[in-house]
Amino acid sequence: MFLINCPYCGERDQQEFKAGGEAHIERPKQPTELSDDEWAEYLFMRKNIKGVQFERWNHAHGCRKWFNMVRDTSNDEIKAIYKIGEKPPTQ
Amino acid sequence: MTQNLRVKSSEFIDETNRISFKFDGKTYYGFKGDTLASALIANNVHLVGRSFKYHRPRGIMTSGSEEPNAIVQLNPNSNITEPNARATEIEIYEGLEASSQNCWPSVNFDIGGINNFLAPLFPAGFYYKTFMWPKSFWEKYEFFIRHSAGLGKSPTTKDPDIYDHRNIYCDVLVVGAGISGILAAKNAAKNNFKTLLLDEKNELGGSTIYETNEYNKINNNLASEWLKKEINELKNIKNLEIKTRTSVAAYHQYNYLLARENLTDHLDKKDKKNKIRQRLLKIRAKKVILATGALERPLIFNNNDRPGIMLSSAIKKYSNFYGVACGTKNIFFTNNDSAYESALSLYNKGIKVEAIIDIRENSDAKIIKKINDAGIKIYWSHTIVDTRGYKRLSGVSIMKLSNDGTSVTGSKISISGDCLGIAGGWTPAIHLYTQSGSKLTFDEDRKIFIPKTDTKEQISVGSCGGDFELDEIITNLNYKLKNFLNINKTDFEGITLENDHETSKRNIWLLPSDQTIGKTKPFVDYQNDATAKDIKLALREGFRSIEHVKRYTTTGMGTDQGKLGNMHALGIIADIAGVKMGELGTTTFRPPYTPLTFGTIVGRNVGEFFETFRRTPINDWHIKNKAEFENVGQWKRSWYYPKEDETMHQAVQRESKAARESAGILDASTLGKIDIQGSDASEFLNRVYTNAWSKLAIGKCRYGLMLNEDGMVYDDGVTTRLGENHYIMTTTTGGAANVLGKLEDYLQTEWPELDVYLTSVTDHFATASLCGPNSKKILNKIIPDLDLSDVNFPHMSFKEVLIDKIKCRIMRISFTGELSYEINSPASYGEAIWQKCIEAGKEFNITPYGTETMHLLRAEKGFIIVGQDTDGTMTPIDLQMDWIVSKKKYDFIGKRSLYRSDTMKEDRKQLVGLLTEDPNIVLEEGAQIVSELNQKPVEMLGHVTSSYFSPNLNKSIALAVVKDGKNMMGRKLFVPMENKSISVTVANTVFYDEKNERLNA
Ligand SMILES: [Zn+2]
Repeated sequence: MFLINCPYCGERDQQEFKAGGEAHIERPKQPTELSDDEWAEYLFMRKNIKGVQFERWNHAHGCRKWFNMVRDTSNDEIKAIYKIGEKPPTQ
Repeated sequence: MTQNLRVKSSEFIDETNRISFKFDGKTYYGFKGDTLASALIANNVHLVGRSFKYHRPRGIMTSGSEEPNAIVQLNPNSNITEPNARATEIEIYEGLEASSQNCWPSVNFDIGGINNFLAPLFPAGFYYKTFMWPKSFWEKYEFFIRHSAGLGKSPTTKDPDIYDHRNIYCDVLVVGAGISGILAAKNAAKNNFKTLLLDEKNELGGSTIYETNEYNKINNNLASEWLKKEINELKNIKNLEIKTRTSVAAYHQYNYLLARENLTDHLDKKDKKNKIRQRLLKIRAKKVILATGALERPLIFNNNDRPGIMLSSAIKKYSNFYGVACGTKNIFFTNNDSAYESALSLYNKGIKVEAIIDIRENSDAKIIKKINDAGIKIYWSHTIVDTRGYKRLSGVSIMKLSNDGTSVTGSKISISGDCLGIAGGWTPAIHLYTQSGSKLTFDEDRKIFIPKTDTKEQISVGSCGGDFELDEIITNLNYKLKNFLNINKTDFEGITLENDHETSKRNIWLLPSDQTIGKTKPFVDYQNDATAKDIKLALREGFRSIEHVKRYTTTGMGTDQGKLGNMHALGIIADIAGVKMGELGTTTFRPPYTPLTFGTIVGRNVGEFFETFRRTPINDWHIKNKAEFENVGQWKRSWYYPKEDETMHQAVQRESKAARESAGILDASTLGKIDIQGSDASEFLNRVYTNAWSKLAIGKCRYGLMLNEDGMVYDDGVTTRLGENHYIMTTTTGGAANVLGKLEDYLQTEWPELDVYLTSVTDHFATASLCGPNSKKILNKIIPDLDLSDVNFPHMSFKEVLIDKIKCRIMRISFTGELSYEINSPASYGEAIWQKCIEAGKEFNITPYGTETMHLLRAEKGFIIVGQDTDGTMTPIDLQMDWIVSKKKYDFIGKRSLYRSDTMKEDRKQLVGLLTEDPNIVLEEGAQIVSELNQKPVEMLGHVTSSYFSPNLNKSIALAVVKDGKNMMGRKLFVPMENKSISVTVANTVFYDEKNERLNA
């Protein structure tokens, strides 16, 4: 059970959060201009890395804010947490 | 039986408090402080169970939670009965009853014991190999297997006990209150860390507290005496909470641990009353110090499982702590010095020690001299090749070991004895350590797994960290604590330490016998009856991975998770496979470390608290009016309102007719309601719904369909424009929370530039939905001042009105196809407004109806229910709802996906109506649809999603999804059922009032 440091509320138990998949996949601004393959790339393709991964999380049973997390999926170490719109930390 | 084996009074046992208890129906006596195991041994009862597979007689082996054999059923045949309890952990109390498990009809005469003689028929994987074929026989086999291999009985009635949960936050959690744990906790607390110290036993001090070895000294005192003073000082320390009888079950990431605190199990029956029995502690610790100690290993030799064969350390604890002798003629068998301590402590109490058999060539430990002085015979370089005695050990046969340790030589010597202490070295208790995600390394020299890479903010101290000798433990503890707690000094720094050192080592995982392995029974896993022979067989059959061998042989799969024998299993595999143990890895130790009761896990969440329910503000009225309820999401919704002895079908038919013929009323309070405000609210709705919103006039309502980005229907509902920048959206009852989450997601992450604010107001309003041709007259009686004409208050519009000075929102919208009004009032006035509608509707025979009638009425109109007629694979086009998908809008959630080649395929499953040839047959929801009955393989075209008997049409109607259904209008299809096949015709989805004339009736 992770201890997650919500950027708006502070440290809270993982129970209060919802994972939201890979981060930094922007919704295309002009979807109609995309080919089926390009749209499918946005819609379905996710990396699912073993190692350091950028993820979206939502403080669902708290402030309801979304934020980003850098997590090592091999040992569940949370390396960084930052707000939506902020630049991801460089390693 | 008399307590003939109570040898010497013990400070840990209260001999003034005599306790009677029953075991297998017979009454015995023990003292306060005894465990069931110690009390039984004091009564000379060793035989306490039968083994799982061969039903061999088994006795108490250990003195702790690692016990594999002494597994008992507590308080049998009562509502508080509990299976699989370890006799070594049960503290006796007045009135305790326990019985053996896994034996029938009795522990002394066990029918399954015949399996022992059939043993050649029960090799590793026997169950897999034999009982799996012929397949049809399994049911027959299963009956016999289950009958003869009982693993205890679950209670059949409700658990009367109270359980509890507690969240604990601390700076430092110390697991285990042996000497290391006590010193760690004391120093953490003294340095202002809020500290919690836990131990599974009822006494602090671990094994040091009953240590009598005069070679272990601290500040020139016996280690036990010194430790007692330390424990005494704990009382005066602030910041320190101590919990005994508390076993840590699980160690999760980020120092989140679960522990079971046992509060009343040790109390007399009368003192247990109305008290919490067990409490689950959910602990979040900043730092964790593991001081879980070590478990003594058995030795693996032929017939090493007879009652009377015990761990050497357990014999010492029974004698030193409980004052009980485990036997009258004791033998020890060892590969290290610790058995000599056990032997000496027996000798010092006047208990006879026959001999010590040591597989080593010698030892220069000081204690050897004491043993020699005592005249106890030591057989160096010898091993036990067999044991005797069926229900109790009567003796052993020993032979000299060959130099390489793989065979025996010379002549057999027979030694008689009723108790054999075995000492195979120590295994650090690293179970919790590995659960936390920390990594082990194998120390090839000492043959133990020790901590290597700790997860953050965690250390292992004492013997669980691989330090076994007193000076090593204390010196390393001092160093580790200072680093871990970042303190300059500990309060035990500089104490003088004296202890014996072990220099001689010899380890043989499987000890040889003079018989071939096929004729021997060297048990590795006592509880699951897995022998070294089984492991060898598994390897011969090609299994290599330790995880596979474990499952095939069931080694380590019992309730004790193989705490005793796992290392030997690994060692034997490594020896045969010719690899180093470190390369083999170890099996995973999963939580819980010791079994938890279900009661502890669920805590207070039982009975009516099992699940949280939401009830509408009108709920009391529904109960008063005998509604039957249905669960929709978390809500309890009225399902139907049976009158007198009406069946559900009759009630629903009556309600459905009334709603169309005169007036009905439905509690629609559960629909999700989201208040949407902000200058970009219209633009936001444009993006989330498939249809256009910008031009919706203030005061008007519109139905909207929401898709997922993959183009599939996600939710639907009516949204009303309350003001220029203010909307109220309704969602499905079950989808409310998810819709809000999804909308927030887009707002926060994709469109942060939009000025929109979302608020869930589901609970703020109660909704009474008035429906039917007389609904307008009823509403008119309630609000005479309001002009209800179609011009002033047309379909799909909204008015804010006062009813008895209460501000209400009325939407003229319809989910039934009838003229209807939804009256939304502040939640606290919900029942009053509802009551007012009922009063006003009396002259029109207003009929309350529930969700079932609502479903039926909307099905007559072909209105979908998201989640019933859709399943996440239906686009609006599939639903034949093309009309609601804007072609003009550049973008909305899911739009692009509607033009993917797959979603545009013509022959996708599409929503259609179905009419049965026989109008009286109602199809089963979920039933499959086919076009031909005799085709093989039969092609499933789709399935029925909604099906009812319509009282208004006097025939059966159904909605279904059918492949290429749009092009099948009028086609005859079949719904094959178990004994018949039902003919159906594909029809329009709208069965009733196709022209929507009733909306303005
Ligand atoms: Zn938050």
